[in-house]
Amino acid sequence: MRWADVVYPAYSIIIFTTLSGAGFGLMALIGLGIGGSGPHPLAAPALAGGLVVAGLIASTSHLGHPERAWRALGQWRSSWLSREGVLTLAALLAFAVHMAIIVYGHGGGMVSGLVVAVLALSTVYATAMIYASLATVAQWKTPLTPLVYIAFALAGGLLAGAALSAAGIAPSLPVILAAMAMLAIAWALKMAWWRRAATARSASTPETATGLGGFGAVRLLERPHWQENYLTREMGYRVARKHAARLKVIAMLAGAALPFLALLFAFAYPFSPLTAGILTLGFIAHLFGVLVERWLFFAEAKHTMMLYYGAATA
Amino acid sequence: MTMLPAAAEKKLGLVIDLDTCVGCHACVVNCKEWNTGGYGTALSDQDPYGADPSGAWLNRIHTFEAGSGADARTVHFPKSCLHCEDAPCVTVCPTGASYKRAADGIVLVDEEMCIGCGLCAWACPYGAREMDAAAGVMKKCTLCVDRVYNETLEEVDRVPACVRTCPANARHFGDLADPKSAVSKLVAKRGGIDLMPEQGTKPVNKYLPPRQAAQLPAPPEPKRHDGESTAGATGFFAWVDAALDAMG
Repeated sequence: MRWADVVYPAYSIIIFTTLSGAGFGLMALIGLGIGGSGPHPLAAPALAGGLVVAGLIASTSHLGHPERAWRALGQWRSSWLSREGVLTLAALLAFAVHMAIIVYGHGGGMVSGLVVAVLALSTVYATAMIYASLATVAQWKTPLTPLVYIAFALAGGLLAGAALSAAGIAPSLPVILAAMAMLAIAWALKMAWWRRAATARSASTPETATGLGGFGAVRLLERPHWQENYLTREMGYRVARKHAARLKVIAMLAGAALPFLALLFAFAYPFSPLTAGILTLGFIAHLFGVLVERWLFFAEAKHTMMLYYGAATA
Repeated sequence: MTMLPAAAEKKLGLVIDLDTCVGCHACVVNCKEWNTGGYGTALSDQDPYGADPSGAWLNRIHTFEAGSGADARTVHFPKSCLHCEDAPCVTVCPTGASYKRAADGIVLVDEEMCIGCGLCAWACPYGAREMDAAAGVMKKCTLCVDRVYNETLEEVDRVPACVRTCPANARHFGDLADPKSAVSKLVAKRGGIDLMPEQGTKPVNKYLPPRQAAQLPAPPEPKRHDGESTAGATGFFAWVDAALDAMG
């Protein structure tokens, strides 16, 4: 199998941003002292850490040389990808220290918890900024991008927290209400993002890309070759774009409607034996919805490079 | 180290003349030929003789149509790395593998440092970088850094392979920081332009736009070849010609 077949499109990145986003959301809430209850004192921290680490492992599989991944920690002064790596390690380290204080300490943990929350959310911000800082993709280059990433991380974290608390003694009412509010905020931001993306266009055109605008409208006559290449495979995929409207409905059904119904059930029947299971299913449905949303995020990106391969706009 | 140098002393780059490029792809082939055995790992191809060939190339020719009616043009458009002064591919690199040289401004990838994450290709607005599917590292034009300083080559060969091979003389190489260099003079004379100036990348490579017919120098009178004329014959045949003429 060719290396390019394995990575195209970057499914590992889609899985990574979904899982580690929810994991960092839950981690931030644990740091703030919200949603840390569960069937076992370490259930929530284990889930948060597990989601983050699973996402990290997934993310390295899109690399040409995963064994060199540690080198990505070096260039934090200029690179958001490097900052993401550094912040991830810092957040995991702070989280371990915080949990040690909580478990073995006698009280305390306020400061360390706050540090965990700030580092966890900063990591999600850095992930989003990898994309939001690229001038080549007009749909991504907006402050809405990091807002959407952080809102989904918190919504996922709160849903996980609600499910964990229900699996413990009883579902936490404040967490359920917060999860409902955060779901609404996250999807409102995403809809604003989609509305903007529908009309967002790069200032670059076939005319500026070639400098031939002086003769009139510019259109591609021939690509350099008949087959696809790395660039058109990596940045020009069309399957998800063709079904974008349907995929958006699927994303919202799974990511918004189902978890919201699960939260409503928990709100109405907090002591039902089904509550924990239904909230867990709501959390899993949410992860699936965010996964579809992330796929669209990459698929709907229109890269300026495609102006050289026949795109009329970018 | 992926911070950009404050200012490169030289700005080595290419000037590409869209008026004279004939779209023969010779520069593309010679680029592949030189660079598959030069700097870094080989430029791999996948399924090269099969139904769906694919591979890493550092230079490609796109062909555009511009305008309509009598003024419409078909323009062959070679594209490779522009060695931007404000190169976004360099600053996004998490490892420092992607860098711009302070001495001459050439943008290179240190293949021993590259983790193959692909972010630099996403950051480049021009599509100038391609991942090598066999080596798992990013490939790009090196401006033939292993030719231009190579004193084991004849001086005439110390230019990038694409420039050396172009049969139409559409490609020129030199220091664009020096206003007295041949390439700088050519850019000034022909009104060389930047690609996608709105991206703020400040490309070093310049493109010379095709000229309108009115701007072109008048073509020389074509030499007539009258099959029966003996004008211009010299030596023995001129004597025979003259002798036979004299016979009436």
